[in-house]
Amino acid sequence: MGRPSGAEANTLTALRSRIDPAIAAAFGCIVLLLLLGSLYSSSFLSPQYLLQQLKVASFLGVIATGAMIVILLGQIDLSVPWVVAVGGMMATAATGWGPLGQALAIPVGVACGVALGLVSGFGVAFLRLPSMIVTLAVNAIAQGLMVVHTGGFSPQDSSSPAMRFIATGHSLFGIPNALLVWAAVGGAAVFLLTRTTFGRTVYAIGNRERAAYLSGARTRGVVMAAFAIAGGLSAFGGVLLAGYASKAAQAMGDPYLLPAIAAVVLGGTAILGGRGSYLGTVAGVILITLLQSILSVMQMEEFGRHVIYGVVIIAMLLVYGRGRRHSD
Amino acid sequence: MSGDWPYRLREHRGTLLAFAAFMVMFAIYAANHPAGLNANVATTAANKGVLLAIVAMAQTLVVLTSGIDLSVGMVMVLANCLASGIVVGSPLMTALGVAGVLLTGCVCGAINGLIVIYGRLQPIVTTIATGSVYYGLALALRRVPGGDINAGLADALTGQLPGGVPASLALLLALVLIVWLPWRRAAIGRAAYALGSSETAAYMSGVPIRRAQFVAYMLAGLLASVAGLFVTCITYSGEASAANGSTYTLYSIAAVVLGGVSLFGGSGSAVGAIFGALMFRTIGDLLFVFNLDPLWQPLFQGVVLAAAVCLGSVRLLQVRNRLELYG
Repeated sequence: MGRPSGAEANTLTALRSRIDPAIAAAFGCIVLLLLLGSLYSSSFLSPQYLLQQLKVASFLGVIATGAMIVILLGQIDLSVPWVVAVGGMMATAATGWGPLGQALAIPVGVACGVALGLVSGFGVAFLRLPSMIVTLAVNAIAQGLMVVHTGGFSPQDSSSPAMRFIATGHSLFGIPNALLVWAAVGGAAVFLLTRTTFGRTVYAIGNRERAAYLSGARTRGVVMAAFAIAGGLSAFGGVLLAGYASKAAQAMGDPYLLPAIAAVVLGGTAILGGRGSYLGTVAGVILITLLQSILSVMQMEEFGRHVIYGVVIIAMLLVYGRGRRHSD
Repeated sequence: MSGDWPYRLREHRGTLLAFAAFMVMFAIYAANHPAGLNANVATTAANKGVLLAIVAMAQTLVVLTSGIDLSVGMVMVLANCLASGIVVGSPLMTALGVAGVLLTGCVCGAINGLIVIYGRLQPIVTTIATGSVYYGLALALRRVPGGDINAGLADALTGQLPGGVPASLALLLALVLIVWLPWRRAAIGRAAYALGSSETAAYMSGVPIRRAQFVAYMLAGLLASVAGLFVTCITYSGEASAANGSTYTLYSIAAVVLGGVSLFGGSGSAVGAIFGALMFRTIGDLLFVFNLDPLWQPLFQGVVLAAAVCLGSVRLLQVRNRLELYG
């Protein structure tokens, strides 16, 4: 044991066990994508392009953060599309209420998402219904509410200056504000997941809810809170998107459900819950955004984009996201 | 063997409830329809309902194995686009075209199954990704909506049989008799139920779980392609619509749940899912007969879906030990 080579090997093993192979592979794929892109055009490695990609990625990043917390519980949130739309549309509607509404636009949008998340959470935690169908119903209700809202009240659909500022503005050193927002959300998520009782309980529930309950964890409260956070983050993503496009629209959330889940899973989070780190989700989000961007820059036709997108996700998961054999 | 009826009743409780709920809703719908229940009203309603019912059957097969197929809608769209190109011309060409469409559906389902079984990926992620691929292929076939279908076939499937019975109901019945019942009664279908109830127990008992899973996914692809063919018959064209695909995928899950099939697998039947689908469609039509503002339709549909789903929590009242909740 005292031999230096043994100690060295130990440190190496320790180091290797610290690095999640899934996260390493995801970052490896990002580098690979950038290299492939740079063969096509040198502008792929320019800071402007990278910052622009990170800015676009932040919208997906905020939404994927919520999706990740729910997936860590072993549940899934299919209400993302219309909760995103509710966030964006209610924020822009609040902007039309006058100066007070304009100031409160962002909180109003997020609060509506939290409310919808609480409904999903109640169904999952207290009524013990499968999250897949509960969030589907909440998605349908959110859609219905927005259709009635836009049709009956014709609310304002252009966003407030504050929303535009956080989504499209730049701060010092030309860092996009959206990226700072994502960094703040991500930092909060990392703190919540790794340093608080709430986070520990989320992982515990994802591993075995029964055990978590028997250990005295307040499982139902935590599940409900997790769905509320996810709803709030989806709606916040909608607020950012509305700010970015300077208006909100009904189908604005549709293209975000599948990429959000894909980003979380590509980042090494187990879809059955209990395992995963936020760093992986960051890698997954950047990977998905880069993939979409490179496919569109290469002027790939839309059908090719869909095919390659699906094939890449399957291929990457086959490399490192496989489940266990029965014989194990 | 007449003493086991309570067990049989319990096994089919979900199906019977779905059937009863559908009958009540349809009675309200028919009684209040402004034109009364004539053959044309029934045919239009049946065509819409049967389309969702077929997709729901496809979803049921996979859900019973405790999986989920989020690509059913996209397989349907792909089959729709393909059918609008090859199901034309002489009867022989049309028959070959139909065979080609159904074969494509089987291949799509088989790919899902192979990736889930041998790739050991979770069904939900696998089918999200393959759904994207299938949609891309559909888009490659039909960049703009268009195409055609053999009018004779389309009229035969969407019209009426002698006596005013909608032909689509006959198609649905045929699918139940040709696909569902043989599968349910065969060893492979029982294996799927066993797999859905407890994968470990099924594996330990030597049940051919891989084959059961594969067949379930493949048949789901087949049924989804039948649905795609039926879409083509209704619209006389093909359209690569992502919205259509995802709507049908999501509605199929709703129909499966309304039909009393457990999303955890191992219990329920495709017949229940069929009534769940018909019920879901009738909910949407009820608003129309009551002359409510169409603006309220999506909200109404969502609230009814939520209410129906909440009925599933009635079992909480029977729980004696809270630990039973955390399975």
